Amino acid sequence: MSNFEEKCVPEPERYEFSAAPMHQFELARRDFFKLLGAGIAVFAIAKDALALQETAPGPRNFRSEELPKEIGAWVHVGEDGSVTAFAGKAEIGQNIRTSLTQTVADELRVPFESVRMLMADTAFTPFDAGTFGSRTTPTMTPQFRRVTAAARDLLLGVAAKEWNVAPAGLIAADAKVTDPVSGRSLRYAELARGKTLAQTLPAEDPITPAAQWTIAGKPIPKVNGRAFVTGRHQYTPDLRPEGLLYGKVLRPASFGATLTSVDEAEAKAMSGVVVVRDGDFVGVAAPSEREAQQALDALHAHWKEVPQISNKELFSYLKQNAADKSEERFRKQKGSVEQGLAGAAHRLDAAYTVAFIAHAPLEPRAAVAQWTDGKLTVWTGTQRPFAVRDELAGVFHLPLSSVRVIVPDTGSAYGGKHTSDAALEAARLARAAGRPVKLVWTREEEFTWAYFRPAGVIEVKSGIAADGTLTAWEFHNYNSGMSGIETPYAVANQRTQFHPVPLILRSGSYRGLAATANHFARETHMDALSRAARMDPLEFRLKNASDPRLRAVLEAAAKSFGWPRKKTQEAQGFGLACGYEKGSYVATCAEVAVDRASGAVRVVRVVEAFECGAIVNPDGLRNQVVGAVIQGLGGALFEAIEFENGRIKNPHFANYRVPRFRDVPEIEAILLDRKDIPSAGAGETPIMAIAPAVGNAIFDATGVRLNGLPLVPNGLRST
Amino acid sequence: MAKPIELDVNDKRYSVKYPPDTPLLNVLRDELGLTGSKYGCGEGQCGACTVLIGGAPRRSCQIPVSAAAGKPITTIEGLEKDGRLHPVQQAFLDAGAFQCAYCTSGMIMSTVGLLQTNPNPSHADIVQYLQGNICRCGTHPRILDAVRQAAKMMQERAR
Repeated sequence: MSNFEEKCVPEPERYEFSAAPMHQFELARRDFFKLLGAGIAVFAIAKDALALQETAPGPRNFRSEELPKEIGAWVHVGEDGSVTAFAGKAEIGQNIRTSLTQTVADELRVPFESVRMLMADTAFTPFDAGTFGSRTTPTMTPQFRRVTAAARDLLLGVAAKEWNVAPAGLIAADAKVTDPVSGRSLRYAELARGKTLAQTLPAEDPITPAAQWTIAGKPIPKVNGRAFVTGRHQYTPDLRPEGLLYGKVLRPASFGATLTSVDEAEAKAMSGVVVVRDGDFVGVAAPSEREAQQALDALHAHWKEVPQISNKELFSYLKQNAADKSEERFRKQKGSVEQGLAGAAHRLDAAYTVAFIAHAPLEPRAAVAQWTDGKLTVWTGTQRPFAVRDELAGVFHLPLSSVRVIVPDTGSAYGGKHTSDAALEAARLARAAGRPVKLVWTREEEFTWAYFRPAGVIEVKSGIAADGTLTAWEFHNYNSGMSGIETPYAVANQRTQFHPVPLILRSGSYRGLAATANHFARETHMDALSRAARMDPLEFRLKNASDPRLRAVLEAAAKSFGWPRKKTQEAQGFGLACGYEKGSYVATCAEVAVDRASGAVRVVRVVEAFECGAIVNPDGLRNQVVGAVIQGLGGALFEAIEFENGRIKNPHFANYRVPRFRDVPEIEAILLDRKDIPSAGAGETPIMAIAPAVGNAIFDATGVRLNGLPLVPNGLRST
Repeated sequence: MAKPIELDVNDKRYSVKYPPDTPLLNVLRDELGLTGSKYGCGEGQCGACTVLIGGAPRRSCQIPVSAAAGKPITTIEGLEKDGRLHPVQQAFLDAGAFQCAYCTSGMIMSTVGLLQTNPNPSHADIVQYLQGNICRCGTHPRILDAVRQAAKMMQERAR
């Protein structure tokens, strides 16, 4: 990246972390009633939130699950009975606007339609570290329940005072408080009238258990669905403020290239064009996108390039450049792997690889930036609005209160929209131009300058007893990451280690993080072990799985799939895989058909069982689970970034293949609803098991064991 | 400056001054404010910018504005009539056939085009026809359901 960007953007995180800005609670609270009018409001904030934030993990910290424990949810009941709930999370297609609305309506005892969710606007929503890590449901659901239960109690208290009775006997339901003794009732709107009651969250308020949910737990359709089918919803690239200019940024010739000279004269001479040079950052703004492109083309730049490796040398590079001594926190050990191996009836050593892949969200990185009286407002599709705000404030030397970041419901992210690039670029151009600037990355920029899911090499050494019991398990992950690195199987002797490698390509979060790579290696290896033990792959897993929730998803998927199945045609194969991550469980069965003549592999049918505790919205969950299977098929079968000497060789949909209709198998999603277990997130775990399930099915069909992702970018040529 | 180009979009006439090789998509979005058609790749590979020109689905990022002059153009904004959704829009809504929904306009426009020429498409017909439309969220099975449902609704209305 350019010097400008290096100065403003910390190295993009390879693994999710949460940096911690100061809380803006007092400021927002003052504005609160001004914004919403009178009514009843409940704020929730843990007393120690600030202290926790100050010690929160910083960049390059690998303990991704340790987010600040702060509570970040507010709710307001207006004089007209309307309910507004505030969350710093962003809607990126995972459907949390709907599921969170359900939770608020459910706990407040009001109709779903009366609740409006205000999300991801740094001026008005509570601080939030970011929408990632499958954290929205497990953190926001209980927080909203507690906040909303407290608001309900406030309303009960107002009614009790009005009637001079004890609040304990009153009932809140259907947006009103009723006294069952006298039969009197008052609507929430009436109770909120003329009040500006605000309170912070009481220590503990009982919340409604999942078994008694009436609105949550139901398959309610997506909020604002009509706006999406009519094209009325405005994503960031659709915003057109008055006086808008279109921005473009000069990209380096290759990764790591530095600008030696640039001739701006021709571009500057163009009518209406603004050219900005700030260190290595060079950008233009113009009255139309076409003129911006012409101005960009008229910049004559020279770059000093640095030689770099290509994807052909990738895996040997990762092995050779791993840190010699892996840090303590990257290692886990139990028992003695050496003893476990020595006593094993069968031993297996194997290495697995995963390629760099791209998120390729259909809405590219985009931002609209507008400066008014020294204050900056940026609309941008990001998963981390507060981090973007902080970076903007840092770069432009502004107080946080002078920067507002708003995230319109966004055309997906999949972990790919954590950085601030488009926001910083648009803001820099807008400041120079003195007018609002929109910047939408081209598809080629997306594929080249966004970050990738890191590639990796994984080595596994294992042993089993004659009866199929795992006796030893050694697992080394080079570069791809630690998520899902620990085996969910019961093994007495284990060694697990992550080996970081210096960055090759810009790398960062991707749906499921390294759990996909680690599950691919582990579950492929487990399949190979089951063959060595001459056991059925399902039976082998069940023998070694003691976790009842893991067994439950395995058994549910196997039952619906009809495992074990008899082959009815040549080159048909069946495979399965399972796993656990981020509080939820998945098991996937796949059927493939291989065309022996052409080597083409077709995934025919997939059955996936998923369990994430109590289900908040089965319709949205089904969409996420089926969607994860289909997206996962891309990385499983054919997606791979090709690169050489700092250039991406396939930065277009024409040569970076993503799943399309023809690739989609028959998919059955089985959702296990555990009302006795708190709801976990569901955006990531459902993507983890599809790749090994398909790979194992290909082995079953052909006897060819494929240990690298993507499995068959060019078909199975060798058979 | 370029000569004015006459456009007929959603039954309205517009006269726009743009260089003739400007992609239709840019004119629709930036000049006419019809932002329902999306930029996804600018290469005709993803289908997010699909509109109907003379009734046939076209990738508006690949059509020079001059080539669309004088021909009836329908965008996603032109489907709803008197507050009533087009059956394809209704079917997508009923099926919950979107997640981030960035591809939805293009999917709907392609489907309208399909059902105009093939009112009762087979599964293979639909898959073949929508092969050029990318959905990154993986909502394909519900989109297929929505297309089948829309075909049924349109046939019933035609009766």
